[in-house]
Order: sequence, then C-alpha cells, then structure tokens
Amino acid sequence: MHIPDGYLSPSTCAVMYASAAPFWVVAFRRLRDRLSAQFIPLLSFFSAFSFVIMMFNIPLPGGTTGHAVGMGIGAIVLGPWGSMIAISVALLIQALFFGDGGITAYGANSFNMAIVGSVASFWVYRLISSRSPIDSPRRVVAAFVAGYAAITVSALCAAIQFGVQPALFRDATGAPLYAPYPLGIAVPAMLIGHLTFAGLAEGMLSAGMVAYLQRANPRLLAATAAGALSGGTPGPAPGDSVWTALSPLWISLALVMILTPLALLAAGTAWGEWSVTDLSDPEMRAQISAASQHVEPPLTPPRGLERFASVWTAPFPDYAPSFLKSAAFGYMLSAMMGVGLILASCLLAVALFRRFAHSLPSEKGFDS
Amino acid sequence: MSRGAGHRERGSKGHLERTVQALRDAIDRDATASLLANSDDILQQLDPRVKIIGMLALVLAATAAHSFLVIALIFGAAVGLAVSSKVPIGFIAWRVWLGGLIFSTSLALPALFLTPGPTLCALPLLGWEVTRSGLRSAGFLIARTETAATLALVFMSCTPWAHVLRGLRVLGVAATAGAMRYMTHRYLFLLLKIAGDMFVARRSRTVGRATPKMRRQAVTSGGGVLLEKSLDLSEKVYSAMLSRGFSGEALLLDDFTMRGRDWWALAALIAFAGGAVWIGR
Repeated sequence: MHIPDGYLSPSTCAVMYASAAPFWVVAFRRLRDRLSAQFIPLLSFFSAFSFVIMMFNIPLPGGTTGHAVGMGIGAIVLGPWGSMIAISVALLIQALFFGDGGITAYGANSFNMAIVGSVASFWVYRLISSRSPIDSPRRVVAAFVAGYAAITVSALCAAIQFGVQPALFRDATGAPLYAPYPLGIAVPAMLIGHLTFAGLAEGMLSAGMVAYLQRANPRLLAATAAGALSGGTPGPAPGDSVWTALSPLWISLALVMILTPLALLAAGTAWGEWSVTDLSDPEMRAQISAASQHVEPPLTPPRGLERFASVWTAPFPDYAPSFLKSAAFGYMLSAMMGVGLILASCLLAVALFRRFAHSLPSEKGFDS
Repeated sequence: MSRGAGHRERGSKGHLERTVQALRDAIDRDATASLLANSDDILQQLDPRVKIIGMLALVLAATAAHSFLVIALIFGAAVGLAVSSKVPIGFIAWRVWLGGLIFSTSLALPALFLTPGPTLCALPLLGWEVTRSGLRSAGFLIARTETAATLALVFMSCTPWAHVLRGLRVLGVAATAGAMRYMTHRYLFLLLKIAGDMFVARRSRTVGRATPKMRRQAVTSGGGVLLEKSLDLSEKVYSAMLSRGFSGEALLLDDFTMRGRDWWALAALIAFAGGAVWIGR
C-alpha cells in the first residue's frame, strides 16, 4: 500500500500532491477553527499514535498476521478531517525516516490512505452505525466494515495510479517507464491482497478498538456519533445480537431479492459471458462484435472454452430453474437460494471456527 | 505450568514479540540515526535545508530519468556521499538494498513475461518468453526504487530528525504544521516505549495458550489503551503549554544559518540533479 519512489511518474506524483493539497488545507483550517489551541497537541499525539498502531501485528484467521494503517479507527475517533492530518503526518515520518513509502509518492500515499481511506471509513461507519447507541454491537460491525472498506478503496486508488502508468509513460522502445502493469492486472493484483489479509487486519483493528472503547471510554466514540440514541431508547440494545443489530441490512437485502426480476429487463448477454453456442450463432456474433468495438469474435470457439464449458453444469442455468415456468419467479428463487447458500456457508464456517477455537487449551491465565 | 509455558512459546510468542521487536527497532533506528547525524563529516556539516532540497532534487532526477546510465550515476553519487559521510555501507545494504531488492524484484518479475515486446529469450522448461520491454521496465523499476531509497537513507541518517522536521519549513510549510510534526516526532518515541512496555507486561503475565481471538483482543485492547493514553497525554501537554503562555500561535526558532559551503553544496547538488534530468530525458 505504501507506494515507493520510482513506481509513479513525476507528473503523476505532482498531480497527486495537487489533489491532496486542498484536503490538507481544508482539514487544517477546520480543525484549527474547531479545536483552537488544543489542535496542535491533540493531532500531534494522534499522529504519533497512528504511527505506532501501524506497527502492531494483528493475528488473522488462518494463523497469519497483518498490519493495519489505522485509517478506520482514526476516522471513527477523530472524524475524517482529523484522521486525514494525523495519518498524513504519520506517513511523512514513515517516508522520511523509515523508508516506508516514497518521498515523491508521499502525495499519492497520503491521498490514498489518509484522505480517501479516512473519508471512506467515516461514511461507511456513519451509514452502518446510523443512530445506534454508542455501546451498540452494531457500531462494532460498522467499524469492521468501515476499516475493511477504507483499506480496500485505498488499495483501489493505488491500483488505478499504478495501472495508468504503462498507458501514459513509455520509452522509445515501448517499455513502460514506471509501474509496468496495466489496470487489468494492477487492480486485481492489489485488491486480492487487500480484500483478504490487509482488509481483515484493518477491519479487526477498528472493530476491536471500538469494542474496547465502548467498555472503557465511550466518550472517545461520541465525536463521530452525532445523534446516537442513548441507552434504553428504541434501537439495538447492548445485549442484542449482531443479527438483530443488522436488521436494516436484512430488510435491504430482502428488498433487493424481491427486485431481482428487474434484471430480466436488460437485453443481451453480459460482455465476456458468452457461451460456446453464442460464438457460432450469427445473431449473437453480431451483438458480440458490436459490444467489442467491432472486433469480430473467432470463427470457431476457443479450444479451452469448448473443453471446459461442459465440465460443470449448473443446477439452475441462467437463474432459470427448469421446474418453474415464470422467469421472474425463477430469478427471485435463484436469488433467495444464493443468499441462503452464502449465509449457510458463513454460519458453517463460524461454527467450525468456534469449535476449533474451543478445542484449543483454555488460557485462563491470559489477563485482560 | 511448564506445559502452559511451552504452549505459550509456540502459541502466542509470534505476534506480541514481533510487535515489541518492531517498536524497539524503531527506537534503535532513532538512536543509530542520532549517532550518525551528530558526527563531523561531509553531509553532517551541511545545513539541514540544503540536505532536504538536495535530496528532493536527486530523488526527483532519479525518478524522472529515462536512462539507466543516469540512474546509475545518481546511485553512484549517493554511495559516494555515504562513504564520504561515514555512513556504513553494510547499514545501507541491509536496510535498503536487500529489502528493496526483494520487494521490487517480487513486483517487477512478472513484468518480464507480461510486458508485450520483442522476445529476448525463453525460460528453459517453462518456455515463458522474456521480452526486451519487460526487462527494461523491470530494470527501471528496481533501479529507481533502490536509488531513491538509498538517497533518502543517506541524507536522512546524516541529519538529526529534529533538524529535518524544522528544515521542512524551507518547503513553505506553515509554522503550525511544523510545530505539529515536531511534537509528533517528540512524543512518537514516548508512545513507542509505552506500547513496547505494555506488550512486554502482557507477555510476562500470560500463562497458557491464547486462542487467536484472545490474541486479537490483546492487540486491539492494547491499541485502545494506547489511544486513551495518547489523548490523556495530549491534554496534559496542552495544559502545560497553556500554563507557559501558549495562545495557539506556533512560533519556531529558526537558528539555521547558511554558510558559504552550504551555498556551494546547494548549487552543486541542484546542478548535478538538473544535469541528470537534462541528460536522462
């Protein structure tokens, strides 16, 4: 995630500095106006804290560990503007004294992690936690999703910056001068690592720290919880399960499932999802060509596609169970079955994980 | 008890001790940098502002260069400055060259085969074709990263950290931001020490094997405690500042004075960087 020097062209670095600068200025002014004289020590300490928190090894499921950036918890405690400044200062010290992230790429790193990450984290947290009480488990879930989303969005920004390099900067022989991978490679390569290890680390750190602060010092969570309901008012209570706390999300999910037949209104086949028979059907070939900037598809289906197309036959091909006549109902039923399968898989994984955790010797001596 | 201790060694040693080690490494780096920075050699004698501008100019030149020869020249200059300023080459090799090489090579390696261009050779057995463009591209990536990281390490290890942070004002950064960076640096090591002590204390009181969930709780609760302590300290520091008459206006003492050799060094560094950019277009 910390982009070193040499991966981005000087002009990209300049653009990223220019993109980050207005956010720094606005954040600085807002915080100075709001916090007055306390602004300097508060943000200095939070910057130092952000730096230290980046060094924590967080144990992840599967036995590995990961590092977080702290943008999730930063935005939750200080709000997006405070988090922007604190993480930017921490990144500057990392770049200058620890060689973690480049000096020319500092603007890009700050833009991705301190600015985009903080804003994403703050809004995801606000959206999910809504007006739930400060001590609601829903806020822990919100913090996890906020941290996870923030680092993923930051990684996507970095991937886009990498991905545009080969298209824009090449030498006379055509060799890419900076990051060599196009968007098609850079985006998935960056996202795979961040959707798994780094995302989990950031999510767990944010959620764990929010859970701790709910018990130990809920006052620190109040700054970004404007309008939070106090205990005893309607809304998820501290004792509620995560499932109850997420009731608005379940309602949204049910609504989306009911609306799935709307997809039938879309005509044609999605780009790249053609079957072997589509490639030999003249009408479909014309559609493929039109959707591919008039590049004709091959006359014969690729051998690999032909060979592997019949390896697995889906029970409900094209979301249309054969025993149902109504296409709309078939679509809805497929959505319900898909969601049910995902939930069942998650519950099974959680049950297995818990059983595995319980089978380990207890650590009663582990002080809290 | 002994069984528990054995389990502890296998189970929870990893992440806590690695965290403590990382925190101690950061403190050690500062100590090493202080020793190097306070000697009386070529780079150490220069004004911090000259070093900051010179480093930025050279890093920019290395990043902008389209020629391996020019990047190699800048790299040679960085090594020359390191030798003349008595920065141990082993220190640079361990800190930058090895780590940077492993990191950049792992990222650049696929480019050898994925970058379109005329084929240079094919890997035996696998038959994967190495392209000329891929080789050049991977070479640029590694050369630039190593050169820029070497420059940053050499210049930064020859300047006390406090001077670097104050010297950044030459880039037009406001005094308030400068004061914030200075305070961040000052209290960073206090927090590093608090965090290290906290984890050592927890480790010393841990008996038995911790489940992954408990280990995660240990780290995240540690983060929470550190956050509380940070904010508590910030309030105390703020009170101390107020009691000394602080009104919100940050004023920094600028006691740096440019001497003749500083101007000459600045001119030489900028001329070298400018020449490198010109030749390496």
